[in-house]
Parts: sequence; structure tokens; C-alpha cells
Amino acid sequence: MGNKLLFGRVFKYGDSIDTDVIIPARYCTSFHAEELAPHALEDLDATFASRVQQGDIVVAGHNFGCGSSRENAPIAIKGAGASCVIARSFARIFYRNSINIGLPILIAPEAVDGIEDGDEVEVDPATGVIENKTRGGKWTADAFPPEIRNIMDNGGLVGYVKRRLAGMNT
Amino acid sequence: MNLAEKILAIHAGRDTVKPGDMVMAKLDMILGTDVTVPLSVEVFRNMGAEKVFDPNKMALVNDHFVPAKDVKAATLSLTMREFARDMKVPAYFEVGRSGICHSILPDNGLVRPGDLVVGADSHTCTYGALGAFSTGIGSTDMACAWAIGELWFRVPESTKVIVEGEFTPMVGPKDLILYIINKLGVEGARYQAIEFCGCAIEDMSMDGRITVCNMAIEAGAKTGLITPDRITRDFIENIYANPTPYTPKRGRDIGGEYGLYLESDCDAQYSQVLEVDLKDVEPQVSIPYLPSNTKPVGEVSDVAIHQVVIGSCTNGRIEDFRAAAKILGDKPVHPDVRLIMIPATPQITEALIEEGLATQFLRAGAIISPPTCGPCIGGHMGILAKGEVGLFTTNRNFRGRNGHPESQVYLAGPEVAAATALTGRISDPREL
Ligand code: SF4
Repeated sequence: MGNKLLFGRVFKYGDSIDTDVIIPARYCTSFHAEELAPHALEDLDATFASRVQQGDIVVAGHNFGCGSSRENAPIAIKGAGASCVIARSFARIFYRNSINIGLPILIAPEAVDGIEDGDEVEVDPATGVIENKTRGGKWTADAFPPEIRNIMDNGGLVGYVKRRLAGMNT
Repeated sequence: MNLAEKILAIHAGRDTVKPGDMVMAKLDMILGTDVTVPLSVEVFRNMGAEKVFDPNKMALVNDHFVPAKDVKAATLSLTMREFARDMKVPAYFEVGRSGICHSILPDNGLVRPGDLVVGADSHTCTYGALGAFSTGIGSTDMACAWAIGELWFRVPESTKVIVEGEFTPMVGPKDLILYIINKLGVEGARYQAIEFCGCAIEDMSMDGRITVCNMAIEAGAKTGLITPDRITRDFIENIYANPTPYTPKRGRDIGGEYGLYLESDCDAQYSQVLEVDLKDVEPQVSIPYLPSNTKPVGEVSDVAIHQVVIGSCTNGRIEDFRAAAKILGDKPVHPDVRLIMIPATPQITEALIEEGLATQFLRAGAIISPPTCGPCIGGHMGILAKGEVGLFTTNRNFRGRNGHPESQVYLAGPEVAAATALTGRISDPREL
């Protein structure tokens, strides 16, 4: 997922933020980031899409991304400019989809406790280190299992499959 | 090993697996729908893939926004139609022959016991009803699965839910699963497989099992499974004896024609066990905005309802409509209520006609929709306006899912839904 440091202002939300509020189905006749992004989180926070700046960070409670399998959800969040999502826990399809499309997601319950809406936070996706620049505090997110790291280091699942396909053709 | 572990081990070519293991596993069936396929097609083309690994192990189903609700939806279906043609996919379901994917696949013999199934739809967990390990994935996952026929899985921990006893009158499988989800919580089984067992599950029909496994995801689960048994075998053999044009002509690689009838070992491991006695399960209603917010119907019975929907992959099967019909009798729908019936497949619509239910519903003042996801996903065929309140037999009541963000949906089974359609308020079917 790249080694660039991520830095941005935090948009903090609660538990069980579902994919229907992340991107309502009425917009899912498109799967392109530029069409989805203006509606990201619209039914939860109608001001998100207009306020979010490139690099900003979404922080949430338990079970982020529960509900539908729509990949439009991480695409909308990433497309709106958010650089990563930090949560206490993620729903599993959202977790898979985020890894597959290259939206960094970090599981870090203590960090969620120590970060408030509007704080400025720096994240190192390579090490999982999260630092609250506004009120102090430093945490390390759960490490990804080596197999998932391997997928991410190879450009996501698509990169992995491309290499497999190339192998099949030779 | 338990049932989920056994299926994953076989498909990963391993003797054993344990929770937490990461495995690459071979897939028997990959499901896509009009809403998720087009993105997968783009990813598939962009990665330079030309051929799918096996067109016989895919199903492409028009269900979410069909018959096309607008130009964009029509374009989604068009993309899927062209892809199906290019890749020569036999199990492409066109409007008129199509219906809600999670009824279409089982009813056409496209899922068998012991299969490993993925679908770019979160309710793919439904096929656990047939003893398959089946789970939802995203569109990028699906594109990769089409290309190589395999995906990575983390072997999940398993939760065992043991259901004993008999249903009391007017209580059905939907009430049971709403009750279970409430006990487990919206993420109580996150990442886990839920194995449903006990006498009540063994006695349950395939339609009922489909309702139960369908909502496993609503407790965060990766899949819900039921040990395949005589009822499963009867269901599968009946399809192979009366194949549809989409039923695979020959058995797939693993398990031959009729699938693999696996069961958990006596010493299988579970991370938690929930015991349910059906005598404690009353008609349930789940309150906005979480499916796990369930209460016995008596505790929510003064809520006025504008629209009742009976349908979806949870409750759009013939037994659901029979249950509703019993409660409707020859009474009319309440003047302030719109009652929308959505049979899950054209075959179920046909059964409504043959059994006289279609006439009964129309005379009561209900509308019968073509098979579609429609209002379940807030697509079309019954969207709620600001401030409106619905009672649906669907599986999710998240904010804004079924219409305006300030509309609300209560979830229930077909019995409560029918009773509510008659009175205009959330009603206990036992008190009519
Ligand atoms: S009926 Fe509803 S839950 Fe089922 S597949 Fe369609 S949209 Fe999804």
C-alpha cells in the first residue's frame, strides 16, 4: 500500500457505518470514483463530500463497512480524497474490497479512542503507526497477515492475478 | 474439522485447515449481478485477461435494477449481457427468465452441497442452506476469480447455533433468524461461519433454510451453513430430474453431479455456541436502523405503516407467499397501506397463479411486481418518500437503504407483514 506518509484532518463517525450510508444504492448505477465521490457518506453526513480535503482520514468505531458487497463504497471514500480509514473493526467484505482497490485501512481501537473529530493525524501505512498531531498520542495498528501484505506489496489482487496470467501464458 | 473447514480444505487441496489459515482455494461457482458485474468487467479487461477460467462456473443474473429502471441501469445490464455473450456463459439470466440471484442459483442446480461459491453480493451466504460454503466478495475479487478460478480465504472461526423445539403458531424461519441475530449482535459472528443445527433446522424446509442462512451476514458472518441431509438431497435430485435450460449438463470437478455431503466431526471446534429453544421465539420485528435491533412484535405494535413489501432473497419464495396468504384470507389491504408482493423468480410467480394466490392478492388490493430486488435495495418498484415508514420482509433496514434517508423500514417475516398490511399498524398475526 505504498510507503508514503499519510496526513490529514479527521472525520470521526460511530459504530456499524454501513455501505448504504457510505454510498446509497441510488448512486450505484455508476462505479466510477468521480461520480460516486460527491455522494460519499451522504446519508450519514451530508457535508462530508464538500468538506473533505485530499489526504483526510476517516475514523470510526466497530464494524465499519457492514452490509452490502458494493465495491462502490471504498471507491467513493477514496475518490472523495480520504487517504485511509482507521476503525475499531471492519466488516469483512469491505476489508477485502479496500485491500483490493488499495484504500489503506487500519484496525486500531486505542487510536480511535485517542482521536477526535477535526484532529490532524499522521499515518505510516507501512508500519501501521498512527500519530495524533493535534493532541498527542501514538499507536500502532494491527499488522496485516503476511499473505495479505504479499498481495498488497504486489499491487493488490489485480497485480497478483496479472503475474499469474503472465505465468500461464509463458 | 467442522463443515466450513472441511469444504475449504478440500478446495484448497489440503488435508486439514484451521481457523486463521490463509488458503488459495478453487471455486465451483462465481455469481455476479447487474449491479456488480460491470465494474468487474472493467477490472477484468484492464488486467489484460481475455478468457474466463471456466464459463460453466459462472452465473450472471439480472436482478437488482431490472427491468431496467433508467438509462444507467440499462447500461449496466447491457455491459453484463455483452460480457456473457463474449465469454459464452450458459448461466446468463435475462429479464423474463431471471429473478433474484439467491433463488435463481439454487433453483437451477447451480449450487450443490460441498461447493465453494463466491458472489459479488453480500447475501451469497444464502447457499449455506444447501451445505455449500458460500460468501460475498467485491467486484475486483470477482474479476480475479473469473480469470484464475481461485481466491484467497482466511479460514474462519465457527459459531454453532443449535435450534431445538417446534415453531409456535404464526412464527417462522424469519422470526428465528431475527431472534438469533439479536442474540449474536450485528457483528457477533464477524468473520465467522455460523453453523445452524438442531432438530428444528433438520425439520426445516429448503425455503426456510434459505431464509435462515440468507441473514447470517447480518450478524457479520462470512457464511451460514446447514449440514446437507435428506431434505437437501431431495431438493437437488428434484432439480436434476427436472433440469432447467441453465442446469449444468455434467457434474463439476469436485463432488460429481450431486455434490458432497459433508458433516462436522464430533470433536469439531467452535468459538461460541448459542442454544435457542423455539418456544421462546415469538414473531419478531427489527427496528430501524439495524437488522439486529429486534423485538417481539408486541413491543412495537402501535407503529403506523405506509407500505408493506413481501419479497427479496430472504422471503420471496413460495412458502413465504403461502404464509402471507393464510393471514390475508379474503380480507382487503388497509386503505392507507400499499402492499407490494415480489416473487423471487418467474417460477414462483407461476406458482402464485397456479395456486390461486395471485388472484387472492390482487383482490385484496396488493400489487404483484416482476421478480426483482427493487425496493429492497432502494432501486425501484416501491421507494419510500421522506417520513414514510415501511415494513419489509427484506434483510436490511439501514438508513436510506429503501428510499429517502428520513424514511424508515421495519423488518419482519411474511406473517407479521401480512397482518400489518391488513391493519395499517405493525400487528401480531396471532391476534387477528
Ligand atoms: S433481494 Fe435485496 S438483499 Fe437480496 S440480493 Fe437483492 S438487493 Fe440484495
